[in-house]
Amino acid sequence: MLKVLRDLLKYDDRFRIAFVFLTAVVVMILLSFVSPYDPCKSFVVPWDLPPSREHLFGTTSRGQDLFWWLTYAVRNSLFLGVMTAIISRVIAVLVGLTAGYRGGWLDRVLMSINDSFVILPLLPILILLGFLLRSRMNLFYLAVILGLFGWPFDARLIRSQVLSLKERSFTRTAVYSGTSGFWITINEHLPFVLPIVFATTINNILWSIGMEVTLSILGLSDLTTPTIGTALFWANQHGALVAGVWWWIAAPTLVAIILFLGLYLLFMSINEYIDPRTRLRLIGGE
Amino acid sequence: MRRFVLRYLIPRITQYLTIIFVGVTVTFVIPRLSPTDPVEAQISTITARGSTLDPQSIESMRVALTELYGLSGSPVEQYFAFWGRLLRGDLGPSLSNFPTPVSELIGQALPYTLGLLVPALIISWTMGNLLGAMSSYYPKNRPLNAIEVLGQVVRPIPYYIVALVLLVVFGYFVPIFPFSGAYPIGTHPNWSIEFILTYIYHAVLPAATLVLVGFGGWFVGMKSLTSNIISEDYVEFAETAGLKKNKILFSYIIRTALLPQLTGLAMTLGTVFSGALIMEVVFGYPGLGSLTIRAIYSNDYSMIMGITIYSIIGVATAVFLMDLLYPLFDPRVRYQ
Repeated sequence: MLKVLRDLLKYDDRFRIAFVFLTAVVVMILLSFVSPYDPCKSFVVPWDLPPSREHLFGTTSRGQDLFWWLTYAVRNSLFLGVMTAIISRVIAVLVGLTAGYRGGWLDRVLMSINDSFVILPLLPILILLGFLLRSRMNLFYLAVILGLFGWPFDARLIRSQVLSLKERSFTRTAVYSGTSGFWITINEHLPFVLPIVFATTINNILWSIGMEVTLSILGLSDLTTPTIGTALFWANQHGALVAGVWWWIAAPTLVAIILFLGLYLLFMSINEYIDPRTRLRLIGGE
Repeated sequence: MRRFVLRYLIPRITQYLTIIFVGVTVTFVIPRLSPTDPVEAQISTITARGSTLDPQSIESMRVALTELYGLSGSPVEQYFAFWGRLLRGDLGPSLSNFPTPVSELIGQALPYTLGLLVPALIISWTMGNLLGAMSSYYPKNRPLNAIEVLGQVVRPIPYYIVALVLLVVFGYFVPIFPFSGAYPIGTHPNWSIEFILTYIYHAVLPAATLVLVGFGGWFVGMKSLTSNIISEDYVEFAETAGLKKNKILFSYIIRTALLPQLTGLAMTLGTVFSGALIMEVVFGYPGLGSLTIRAIYSNDYSMIMGITIYSIIGVATAVFLMDLLYPLFDPRVRYQ
């Protein structure tokens, strides 16, 4: 594990940038545990102060210290992303492995449902859901909902992997020695699929955090929980830009960009590392 | 021809109908699984506004709303009634603009969304593919590498944030583009040259958002597709034969790699459409996105339902049309 990290740090620019950005994110998350302010309370500091040494990102019109508030926001956003990714990975792996290994009519039914979800415009459906659940929405529900919608693309990817694994001789050996389909899938195929599952996890976290931002802007998530999306929502509600409180918009935007770029670059870098052909190009045939 | 119909056309039509079936079923099921009763929620918002209604008229309103939401009868009956109304194109009246039908309001907003989305999609797809192919054919070209970095940096950022940054930078700090809307307040849409020019002027930033987020994906995709093609024998033969570089690039490299990108375009339509909705909210562009946020603020359930169903059918139809056009580009399908 450490060797992989060292290799990537040494040979991949993108990984280095991702490493710096994500370290910043982790530091922010850790700082949230020692925050001097409760993020749910407002008017704990003077309002509308521009960034200064005392208030790194300034303060909001609701009298909150933006830096400390955003430490909670990053923590919650990332928590949401990881939860969503776990739920949707379970579904994606199940559907992908089953459809790929069983084939036949089951494969056809699963894949046509799968493709429908890939093509359907998700935002309007999520808006309908968010609208109906508005008063009861919390971070956990949102993670479950996003998890239930976030699997189709990756299920197809996993299925295509299994289709090729199925033709390999070790699968046939296992079948002829009487191993049940279930065990072949779990013991023989799953380990091959896991690296892709890992790479898609990062992508799914990205998607989920982005969706949260979008839904919060529309006022459809739990607006009392600090997240990157709700930061922007409250800034809009108070007309931050018109009132000249630009840091209220700028700070969450900056944090969001660091988080998104960090995760994306990590995804790209790992994706290439997993594939032996591109890994050789990356670190020059070791 | 028979083979084409059996092997290509019928599976596509089946897929099209499946998507609409799945989408409509999901929109039918969601409100019925949700713990909040839309009828009661609607009544409580109306009574909360302070209008004093006697119990009798509340009761008749409850009956009317239950009818309107298609909540009368058993779930199976409701499901068939739901399809019946859909097939008649009747999505009920908007609750906040009573009694204007939802379909009419969506019809007014749709041209703005499409007028922006379609050109932006074509620009970002063409630009991404062209530049991506060029960058793998001319790997040492600096401007192309800079464009690649730009595309990769913007690509993971959500549409909302990209739109916001563009708006703040080019509408606020360096105010060279209008702040919001599709045309200046006080003018009416018409076909004069003047109006068309202001329309384009207002569309620059919204369209730039969609193009900036979109083109990076096409760029990388095309680059990795063509990176194998440029070392193929036929490309080397063409070079040895002394064909013009441009000819090789367009007819030998890009053309071969274009088909998967075309399929990819169909697969991402839903995502781009969702992005366009949220982008409109930032720029106050009078399309479906702004209609959605107005409906959310005014608790207009039937409107949100209508927008959801129209989006599903619209995106599915667009994908289907692209499938129908695909044989024009792929001779293998055409000559089956």
